[in-house]
Amino acid sequence: MKRVNAVVIGAGAAGGIVAKELSVAGLSVVLLERGPWYTASDCRKDDLRNQRTTMLGNAFGPADEGNPRVSVDASGAMRTWLPSEGGYQNNAACVGGGTLSYGAQAWRYMPQDFRMRSTYGAPAGSSLEDWPITYDDLEPFYEKAEYEIGVSGDYSGTPFHGPRRHPLPMPPLAPNREFYILEPAAKRLGLHPFHIPMARNSVPYNGRGPCMRCRWCVGFACEVDAKNGSQNTVIPTALASGNCELRTECMAKEVLTDDRGRARGVAYFDASGHLQEQPCDVVVVSACAIESARLLLNSKSRLFPNGIGNRYDMVGRNLQGHHYTGAVGFFDYDTYDDVGPGGSIAISDYNHGTSGLCGGGMLANEFIRLPIHMIDRLPSASPRWGLGHKQAMRAAYKRNIQVFGPTQQIPTADARVTLDPTVRDKWGMPVARISGNVHPHTFDIGEVQAQRAQAWLKEAGAITTVKLSNKATGVSAGQHQAGTCRMGNDPKGSVVDRNCRIHDVDNVFVIDGSVHVNNGGFNPVLTIMAVAYMASASLVQSWKGTGLKS
Amino acid sequence: MKGKRGILARRDFMIATAAAGTAVLSGCFSSHNGGWENLADADAATLKAVCDQIIPADGFPSASEAGVLTYIDRQLTRHYRRHRKAYAAGLEQADRISREHFGAGLESVTTQQQMAVVSALETQNSGFFNLVREHTLEGYYGSPRHGGNRDAVSWRMLGLDEPPLRGRAQYDLRKGSPS
Repeated sequence: MKRVNAVVIGAGAAGGIVAKELSVAGLSVVLLERGPWYTASDCRKDDLRNQRTTMLGNAFGPADEGNPRVSVDASGAMRTWLPSEGGYQNNAACVGGGTLSYGAQAWRYMPQDFRMRSTYGAPAGSSLEDWPITYDDLEPFYEKAEYEIGVSGDYSGTPFHGPRRHPLPMPPLAPNREFYILEPAAKRLGLHPFHIPMARNSVPYNGRGPCMRCRWCVGFACEVDAKNGSQNTVIPTALASGNCELRTECMAKEVLTDDRGRARGVAYFDASGHLQEQPCDVVVVSACAIESARLLLNSKSRLFPNGIGNRYDMVGRNLQGHHYTGAVGFFDYDTYDDVGPGGSIAISDYNHGTSGLCGGGMLANEFIRLPIHMIDRLPSASPRWGLGHKQAMRAAYKRNIQVFGPTQQIPTADARVTLDPTVRDKWGMPVARISGNVHPHTFDIGEVQAQRAQAWLKEAGAITTVKLSNKATGVSAGQHQAGTCRMGNDPKGSVVDRNCRIHDVDNVFVIDGSVHVNNGGFNPVLTIMAVAYMASASLVQSWKGTGLKS
Repeated sequence: MKGKRGILARRDFMIATAAAGTAVLSGCFSSHNGGWENLADADAATLKAVCDQIIPADGFPSASEAGVLTYIDRQLTRHYRRHRKAYAAGLEQADRISREHFGAGLESVTTQQQMAVVSALETQNSGFFNLVREHTLEGYYGSPRHGGNRDAVSWRMLGLDEPPLRGRAQYDLRKGSPS
């Protein structure tokens, strides 16, 4: 196979950006994606089979056949999971990755999120750390992501976010009814509500039209292509450069290394299941936190007996997502107007600065309300079945508001991805084995956040509220999965450096949510994108300095 | 204007569902083997009784009238193949409880007695009860594509526009305030 400059593994949020940045800079790129390329016509508004509500399977991969994972709980009990089951901690497997079907909240983390240890100190038993980069380092790349991917919204209502040079490129969508109910209540409480930043066209942008405001948003591809992911922005640009070849339904097997310990290429199974080797100068792993870690661990050789980049047993550790808590408020009038995408209003007053808590989280109204989502979210006195349940569904469906948010998760080193010693996938490769727990301080923060959501809903006029707060056992990762290839200056305490380069292999990079030192109190995708732009810029600079050509 | 449209929509819907309900009864239960892909006729009759206790008819159709049995039957040959044994055992158990307490199979006893049997099932076999409850609610409130929620009856019941309105972005921008 003809040698190329770079192989990028995974065409998701980060991989799409890396492929675009490298190919536009003149490098020849092969972009490998294990899933297919879906289009807007594959939207299929199926309430039971999409990427968020998956009782009948995942709409955008992986398929339930041949792609298991294993989890181990605190008692040591093992379980095998199908991709459409919650314990699998799935994201997606397709061109665009999670960005094809996400809710598209496109948040910047706050300056403090990059300096958690310095701000709060590390709680006992945690691996809380500072990032080796600051908000100011990342700011230009946040802006680049907002403009190239396309983000609508308006931060002007909140004083809590870091400085920015330019406003978002698109105004927010017109408010839905929940916005009008929640906004004055938040202001009465002295809070600072504002329009959620979203990678969704509110006006024509980038040659595509605006959101048509249907209720099938998060979990679905967009029927009118108004939701902005890598599949309809950077990946088409990469392909148009003439320097990037996208190979879909190709599953990476391992990063191949030479006798000097440098990467020489990537072995992968092509669409017909045949093993191929693509030689290259640079390998970029962008397969999402769980699969990136698994690929590095599966890339074993004489010089890397425990997997590439894993000299100090750091690959796969610090797996984290978000612990979601909040509340549902029930009202005596219609609060739901069925105007999508749903989420419209947020506060970031509680992300930092609460005495006794290491961080906090953003709170926002809920993003989607398919009827099936309501069946177990009725007022607490409602029966679980029978006429009473049916009547409660009818009475409550349009008369409730859910406020919740991603609590800052306190990372621990023993929440991790390893390789399962026995279970294999359909290609015969060891699957990811997920073990460990959420740090208990996360639950302390989550409980306070749930009470705050409750107070906001009560101020807005809710007659009754139900708190959504639990202490899940096991890790949280899922679509917000992060942390498994931590970025840091110390090669013994991290996997990659500040440029996302593996510490002891100069031509292998991990660029995706894996490198997040912590995951902020916000949806992580815009940070994944900003880091991808930043790391790509550094990679291109190294390339031009010929440090990477072999 | 919105209220008027709602009333009309609801009346049309009642007519449509009445017709649909009849179709279920005459279509699915009269032919040999009931036309089921997986369920035996006897099991289908028991399952119908269970599902219709979970979602009974009122002004709006019951679970079976909305096609929930079709939904479950189909998925037992597809995504829920792994639950076949649980269904066979659970339905057998429901029928047995009914015979022990009321001297007849679940399909033949009164609605009150069926309710008592399903309550007993919930206590005695919560695993199966939770499964069939979840599947019944999925069939009723999920996408009509899979055979349940016929004519989107549950969505209309909840007051959702069906088919959904399109092009609302412009409409809302003009409106500028909540209705």
